[in-house]
Amino acid sequence: MDLIADHISHRFGALEVLDDVSFTVGAGEVVAIVGPSGCGKSTLLQVLGGLLRPSKGAAELRGAPPADSLNPLTFVFQDFALLPWSTVEENVAFPLLHTPLGAAERRAVIDDALRRTGLTDFRAAYPKQLSGGMRQRVGIARALAVRPAILLMDEPLSALDSQTRELLMEDFVRLLADGAMAAAYVTHNLDEAVRLADRIVVLSRRPGRIREIVTIPMTRTERGGADARGRLAALQGDLWSLIRKEAIDAEREVQHA
Amino acid sequence: MLERAPSGTNEQATEAPRPVEFRGAGFTPTASRYAGWVALAIVIAVWQLAGSAGWVNPLFLPAPSAIAVAIYKLATSGALWQHLSWSIMRIGTGWIIGTVCGVIVGFAIGLSTIARGVGITFISALFPIPKIALLPLLILWLGIGEEPKIATIALGVFFSTAISVYSGVDAVPRNLIRMAQSFNVPFHAIVRRVIWPGALPSILAGFRITASVALLLVVSAEMIGAQYGIGAFVLQAGNLMQTDQLLAGVVILSLFGLAVGRLINLLEARLLHWR
Repeated sequence: MDLIADHISHRFGALEVLDDVSFTVGAGEVVAIVGPSGCGKSTLLQVLGGLLRPSKGAAELRGAPPADSLNPLTFVFQDFALLPWSTVEENVAFPLLHTPLGAAERRAVIDDALRRTGLTDFRAAYPKQLSGGMRQRVGIARALAVRPAILLMDEPLSALDSQTRELLMEDFVRLLADGAMAAAYVTHNLDEAVRLADRIVVLSRRPGRIREIVTIPMTRTERGGADARGRLAALQGDLWSLIRKEAIDAEREVQHA
Repeated sequence: MLERAPSGTNEQATEAPRPVEFRGAGFTPTASRYAGWVALAIVIAVWQLAGSAGWVNPLFLPAPSAIAVAIYKLATSGALWQHLSWSIMRIGTGWIIGTVCGVIVGFAIGLSTIARGVGITFISALFPIPKIALLPLLILWLGIGEEPKIATIALGVFFSTAISVYSGVDAVPRNLIRMAQSFNVPFHAIVRRVIWPGALPSILAGFRITASVALLLVVSAEMIGAQYGIGAFVLQAGNLMQTDQLLAGVVILSLFGLAVGRLINLLEARLLHWR
């Protein structure tokens, strides 16, 4: 199943946020969306996931989702969006309660999602008892439980400290390694983008337009090697040179909102 | 963009070090477990002393012991239960009617654009009216029985409840609602599993307010027209200059208020343990 951004433009009142953005996330492909802060990355993801109606253009799907997918387009949120009154297990079960799954099957799906994210021992804990990294793992377990075709990840690591971020990054690489799931991965962190993505959509400062779509000329497994490190750093440098000037302008922009 | 200031020479390198002055004291008051009880005991003791020593006229301020005796007599004669049961019936019925209506209207305002437009206008206009002022009108409408008293309490409870419920619904983090929508969770389930628990802290805080509103209104309404009830009892005692009885009624009201507060604490501990 492909997810297509078809000439998407969006404005909040007088504020133009996105301008004619088009690209496709193919089956099993990881597309990172980067750009200076305020360029509409998260807005774009919300449009792609059907949470926001764009002013112009549309988000479209092509091809059938996998037969067993309960929610083909599934978000992983920056702030985790966990129900604070529910345990880890109840949070993972939440999106399954209104699906046709029977109780036994649901149980199995939840157990599997908890096991894959290393949360089995924490199933009875409440979100406030967990570290940021573990909370985001709950968010990921909840997403995996509905067997998504495409993950829509909105800066999933930006609320975490750098060590936790590194650990979760390794998990993401493993999670997406087999190409069974595609992902649109919004980030302002170029390191994350070059390590995870097959292609990187670089947006300009607001209103976000596509400046460039960069293809990473390495498979994700190749990127684990020691010699890949230098090439990734060079790629990251190239991306930064694309963004730097606009990032400075965006930072110095006076907000009139 | 950030430039370094020119560095000075380190002339004091040989000087002996001195401790950094501590500046972080204060602004962290903690509730002491016994201080409140000790203070209360001291006040009661001084009051008792003033009464026993004849410093104050017992007609105007009877001693705590006299009040205790009055409460004991009221309890043993059965008069206490008679008055209390009438008041509890009025509060209970009025509070439940007002709360049920307030929760329904509050949710409607919190969830529907039309209800919000209409509801907030009406609530803003009617909320500031002291509800006891409506009692004479309600007596004209509903007769002189229990109905107008209960209706007054229900009205007072209704507005506060509706406001706390829709404020609670408004305060539910939008990201949780978006999350639920992103998983195609149906509307009724979002209301039940996201909005209701999310609004519950505000709703329970509202209960605390409406309990005191109900107590205030029941006493006022009973003072205006009732034979039985704690308010009627306090008024009669005042008219007869039986200040020990009067203050016994006040103490009972205070204990009743404390008991209700305790009940709400228990409810909060049970329902909001996740906080």
